[in-house]
Amino acid sequence: MRISTFFYTLRQGFRNLFRNKWFTLASIATISACLFLFGLFYAIVTNFQHIVKTAEEGVSVTVFFDEGLEEIKIQQIGDQINKRPEVSAIHFVSAEEAWDTFKAEYLGEYADGFTENPLEDSANYEIYLNDVSMQPALVTYLESLDGVRLVNRSDIAATTLTGVNALIAYVSVGIIAILFAVSVFLISNTVTIGISVRKEEINIMKYIGATDFFVRSPFVIEGMLIGLIGAAIPMGIIYMLYNVVLEYVTNRFSMLSSLLSFLTVEEIFNVLIPISLGIGVGIGFLGSIVTVRKHLRV
Amino acid sequence: MAEKRKKKSTAVDKEIITLTNVCKAYSTGAPALKDVNLRINKGEFVFIVGDSGSGKSTLIKLLLRELTITSGYINVMGYDLAKIRHRKIPKFRRNLGIVFQDFRLLKDRNVYDNVAFAQRIIQKSNKEIKKNVPSILAIVGLAGKYKAKPRQLSGGEQQRVALARALVNQPAILLADEPTGNLDPKNSWEIMKLLEQINENGTTVIVVTHNREIVNAMQKRVVTLKKGVIVSDEEKGGYIDED
Repeated sequence: MRISTFFYTLRQGFRNLFRNKWFTLASIATISACLFLFGLFYAIVTNFQHIVKTAEEGVSVTVFFDEGLEEIKIQQIGDQINKRPEVSAIHFVSAEEAWDTFKAEYLGEYADGFTENPLEDSANYEIYLNDVSMQPALVTYLESLDGVRLVNRSDIAATTLTGVNALIAYVSVGIIAILFAVSVFLISNTVTIGISVRKEEINIMKYIGATDFFVRSPFVIEGMLIGLIGAAIPMGIIYMLYNVVLEYVTNRFSMLSSLLSFLTVEEIFNVLIPISLGIGVGIGFLGSIVTVRKHLRV
Repeated sequence: MAEKRKKKSTAVDKEIITLTNVCKAYSTGAPALKDVNLRINKGEFVFIVGDSGSGKSTLIKLLLRELTITSGYINVMGYDLAKIRHRKIPKFRRNLGIVFQDFRLLKDRNVYDNVAFAQRIIQKSNKEIKKNVPSILAIVGLAGKYKAKPRQLSGGEQQRVALARALVNQPAILLADEPTGNLDPKNSWEIMKLLEQINENGTTVIVVTHNREIVNAMQKRVVTLKKGVIVSDEEKGGYIDED
């Protein structure tokens, strides 16, 4: 291909956007609307997942030891626990630390009456999990260890978080699949209508002796540009809205601020931008290729 | 009789279009062309006439390789159109110039761009395009209107643009499908004179038309189709009335 032909094709792709203003606007609006919903949903779902994950990270299992267990034995138990795949972190709390925390939280100045540590046998390991759904397996293991007197855990928190996690996963996969299917349908319809209008133009090109590549190229460039613009607009809107909404939610529900831990806009967009641009450009590319092909058999 | 030509082909005549026992049937309805035999030499001017449904449009579509034959043999410019591969069709079509009744110009582009478009397709350089387009527009008498959009032109002018576009790549064959169908008599004659001039410069011209007056006046070869069959093929012929 000559360089002048390449630039001509590129220029035609850009010009097509303006030649068919209504088609361009309709296509961009359709892609933007679909990707806006997609982006919005993605931002909500990932934040939910993040909140649940943060909550999961706070769920711990506490292991208490038999009375008078030697320090070296406690250390060995700690090493064994640390090797487990379910464990993300393990923290040793000595009897003194446990008593200090208890005093600070519940007794305050009334603690002065105690001469001995009433929690002398309360040295423990606080164990944090990688995935809260693994808690039952870990608890069974911990209970089987020699020297372990008691394993404290919150079954309700673990079960609830596991359930919420599964629910979010199913709902998000379902909604994203529906949104994607609707987007593809709407966008391919819009592209089909737009290109059908230009069937005559394609026919003329073919009669004159244009190759399929020459006919197709400007349409493909046009389709990709429409996809790119259609993806960039909702990304821009979501980018601007995200911080505003985040600030509002944090202020409005300040009581829950310790529970609500949101992702930053950068964390969301690191993934959302490539996905959205990929979908937009990909749909524009495929849509134009498929629809032009129908008219190339002239 | 299909073969009534009075002039015999001489050895120097180079056959540029050959149809032998060509049949074309659509999936529904009667056959559009039946056992057509036609030979056209390089540099000829041929009218193809006939009433609606006679098979003229089908014949043009076969010559353009828009349609394929059902049986027989068709060769245009050395291309066997029954066997030509899809990817070779563009190259084949670059040997042809085509003019339609409804002009088929790109409405959103001006006169210059419509003509230059044909040159872009065959990958001419910008320099060549800038030389060739004004020159062909001057031949068809539209040098001063190169910036006009098709809607700003009369029917006759639009057909001249279509002619310029068909000729700019210097095709060996010019196919004109009812080129005067949408024009008044004055413009019709001007277009026909242009076609005659093009033919005199060596291009084979094939004109499908209903225009009895023009066919009778121009005294060119006339091939008459009726219900898919060539019923007459005469050198310096005239328009044959139905019945």
